[in-house]
Amino acid sequence: MLDTVNPLFEFLLRQGDNTLILGHRTSEWCGVGPALEEDIALANTALDLIGQTQLWLDYAAEVEGKGRSTNDLAFLRDAYAFRNILMLEVPNEDFGRTLMRQFLFDAFQVPWLTLLQDSTDQRVSDIAVKSLKEALYHLERSRGTVISLGDGTEESNRRMQQALSFLWPYSGEVFCDDEIDYAMAKVKVAPLPSEIRSIWLETVEGAFNLAYLIKPEGDFAHSGGRAGVRHTEHLGHMLATMQVLQRSYPGAKW
Amino acid sequence: MVVYCDTNTKQIWDWLDTIPDPEIPVISIVDLGVVRDVDIERGAVKVTITPTYSGCPAMGVIAMDIDTELAKHGIKNLELKTQISPAWTTDWLSEKGRSRLERYGIAPPQAAGGPSRCPRCRSEKVEKISQFGSTACKAQWRCKECLEPFDYFKCI
Ligand SMILES: [Zn+2]
Repeated sequence: MLDTVNPLFEFLLRQGDNTLILGHRTSEWCGVGPALEEDIALANTALDLIGQTQLWLDYAAEVEGKGRSTNDLAFLRDAYAFRNILMLEVPNEDFGRTLMRQFLFDAFQVPWLTLLQDSTDQRVSDIAVKSLKEALYHLERSRGTVISLGDGTEESNRRMQQALSFLWPYSGEVFCDDEIDYAMAKVKVAPLPSEIRSIWLETVEGAFNLAYLIKPEGDFAHSGGRAGVRHTEHLGHMLATMQVLQRSYPGAKW
Repeated sequence: MVVYCDTNTKQIWDWLDTIPDPEIPVISIVDLGVVRDVDIERGAVKVTITPTYSGCPAMGVIAMDIDTELAKHGIKNLELKTQISPAWTTDWLSEKGRSRLERYGIAPPQAAGGPSRCPRCRSEKVEKISQFGSTACKAQWRCKECLEPFDYFKCI
């Protein structure tokens, strides 16, 4: 695998695709949130994520050096060229699943970006410092909302438990180290993702306890998204919406 | 119109200080701390700006406004650079900016993580409505004394 790909480019795509795909999913709530405040919060979260995407994919485009722009990477790649984890592309379903997913992701991003601040790659470090401030803010909200809804009514608890049971098998993919991760760890651009699993577990288990939610059994993890070998059927549908403008009117600007 | 060769960086800072933030027009982009550096080098004016939030949609407008404002003063050779490091922090808000925010009805950021008082009636009895607000940099709070909701400039 490493003979044919540039590991730094792959690494940057993973970072930028995670924030892009979650950012777009989150933006689907814009105008239809369950309450005005939540609608605004979701739109703002999406905006932060898309902004972070720009930083990652700008750098990815430069590192690739093939003349593709940031926008080309976001809007002209097909599903199998995406490197996001599968958890971020599954549909929102409801507000509960949306916030549970945000929480599972934020609980990873915070320790991950914290360590990336010490990357030997200055640009990666700069992006991590900038993104971490936003990720911390997101975590505060997603954790708080997961706890409020879990420890809410019978109905809200039932739906949060359902969301957790659905998402749990997707939550482990991000910790499955592969050749790209080993290559990045070797040059100290990034730590191995598996190294932060215990911190992540502590954060999520702590919240589940307060939220009266039961952590599902089992360590099985759906995977393939980070390597681009497998995506869910949902990603293609999402990209059809996200990319339609650039596909129909190539190079369109405003 | 000021002639180009007479300008110095102080003059350019002053001009930039007249450009309102597109989303909170009572403060300038200099008050907000998004202008990081001004330099004049071999006939070119170099302005470095930084985004408040990475997805701040106002950055494009800010860049355009800088271009327009400086062109008004005869500066044609402008190099505008965006940098993300060091990352923007609310510590960079000027004192002038902070008091103007409060007068406008937006509670300025506090290290404690919430507004110190209601910008309307000055009561310290306030509560959070939502961590997010009408723009990326604000949250929604409410005063328990005068009962009015108000914006709080998030502290990051
Ligand atoms: Zn008041």
